[in-house]
Amino acid sequence: MIKFNSFRSVNRNLPAISTASLPDIVFILLFFFMTVTTIKEQNLMVENTLPKATETEKLDKRDRIIEIFVGNSTNTHLSMMGSGTRIQMNNRFVAIEEVGDYALQALYQMPEHLRKVATVSIKADVAVKMGIIEDLKKELRLVNLLKINYTTFEGNVFDNQKRVD
Amino acid sequence: MAKHRTTQEVNAGSMADIAFLLLIFFLVTASIETDVGLDRMLPQKNDDHIADIKQRNLFEISLNNTDDIMANGEVISVESLRQKVMEFIDNGESNCDYCRGIGTNELSEHPGKAIVSIKTQRNTSYPIYVTVQNEVLGAYNQLRDRESLRLFKVPFKDMEVEYYLEETNEERKQLLKERIEVIREMYPQKILEPETINN
Repeated sequence: MIKFNSFRSVNRNLPAISTASLPDIVFILLFFFMTVTTIKEQNLMVENTLPKATETEKLDKRDRIIEIFVGNSTNTHLSMMGSGTRIQMNNRFVAIEEVGDYALQALYQMPEHLRKVATVSIKADVAVKMGIIEDLKKELRLVNLLKINYTTFEGNVFDNQKRVD
Repeated sequence: MAKHRTTQEVNAGSMADIAFLLLIFFLVTASIETDVGLDRMLPQKNDDHIADIKQRNLFEISLNNTDDIMANGEVISVESLRQKVMEFIDNGESNCDYCRGIGTNELSEHPGKAIVSIKTQRNTSYPIYVTVQNEVLGAYNQLRDRESLRLFKVPFKDMEVEYYLEETNEERKQLLKERIEVIREMYPQKILEPETINN
C-alpha cells in the first residue's frame, strides 16, 4: 500500500479528463432540439414576409393545418413562372381556380376526426393585394373550408403601414 | 496472480461526434417558432340572407385602393380605429347594464346587435387589411377581458388558454366553458365582410 502510494507520488501526471459523459450531454441537447422544433415541410417558391399582428392565436397543432402561401414568385422561379402574385400549395404553384381542389385533397389526407377542425393558414406576403385574398376566400367558401387563419408575425401592427412599393 | 479477464470496453470516443452531427443536422433543418395568426371564420357558402340591420348598429370600415381607412363616414387613422370600434360596440343605449359607453343614439343599441363590416377593394394592400382585422379583434378582446376581469377575476384569454389545455380536468373545463360562454354572449363577435365592389 505504502509502496504503491510512493510510486504514484513520483509519477505526478495529471489524469486526462474523462470525456465519457460528453455523448450523454450532446444527446440531451439533441433530444431537446428534436422536441422543441418543427421541420420545414415546404420549399418556399414565393416571397413570404408576413405582416405583423398582436391579437394572435397559436397554430401549434400542425396536423390539422392546410397551408397556402401567397406572394410574388422568388427570383429563382421567375424564369419558370414570370413575375406576379402566385399561390403555392404543397410545393407547387397552383392557379386560383385549383385552390379548392388542392385544399380538399389536403383535407382528405388528414385523419377523419381532424377534418372538421381543419384550419387553412393563409400565409400571404406583405406585398400582396386584397384582390387575390378575396378570390382565395371565395374559393375556400365554395369547398366549405371556413376556418381560416391569417398567419402573421408577432409585432407592432402599426409597422404594417409603411408600404414597400 | 489469478487471471483477471476484464471485458474490453467499447470505445465511446466517437459517440460524441455522431451525436454532434445529428444535433447540427436538426439545428439546420428545424425552426423553433410556431406559427401565430388571426383566426377568422368565413360565412357559409349560400348565406344570401338579406338582414334588416339598422344603420346605427352597423359600423362600416372601408379600405380603398390607396389604403385610406374610412370608418362610419369619416377618414381616420389606424391608430384611432380600436378606440372607435370599442366606443361603437360598448355604446349600450338600451338595457345593457355592463356597458360603459356614452349611450348616444348614433352608435349601437346593444353589443349583441353591433355588427362591424370590413370592406376592401382589389388594390388594397394585405398588411393594412391585417392591421384592421387585428384592431377590430383587439377591440373585442379588450372588452371581453374587461368583463372577464370584473366577473371572474381572470383575463378572457387566460380562460380560453386553460380551457384548451389537455391537463385541465373535466370539472374545471365545464366551469370554464360556462364562463367563456357568458363572456361571448356579452360581446359576440360579429364581423361582416361583404363582397368586394369593383370600381
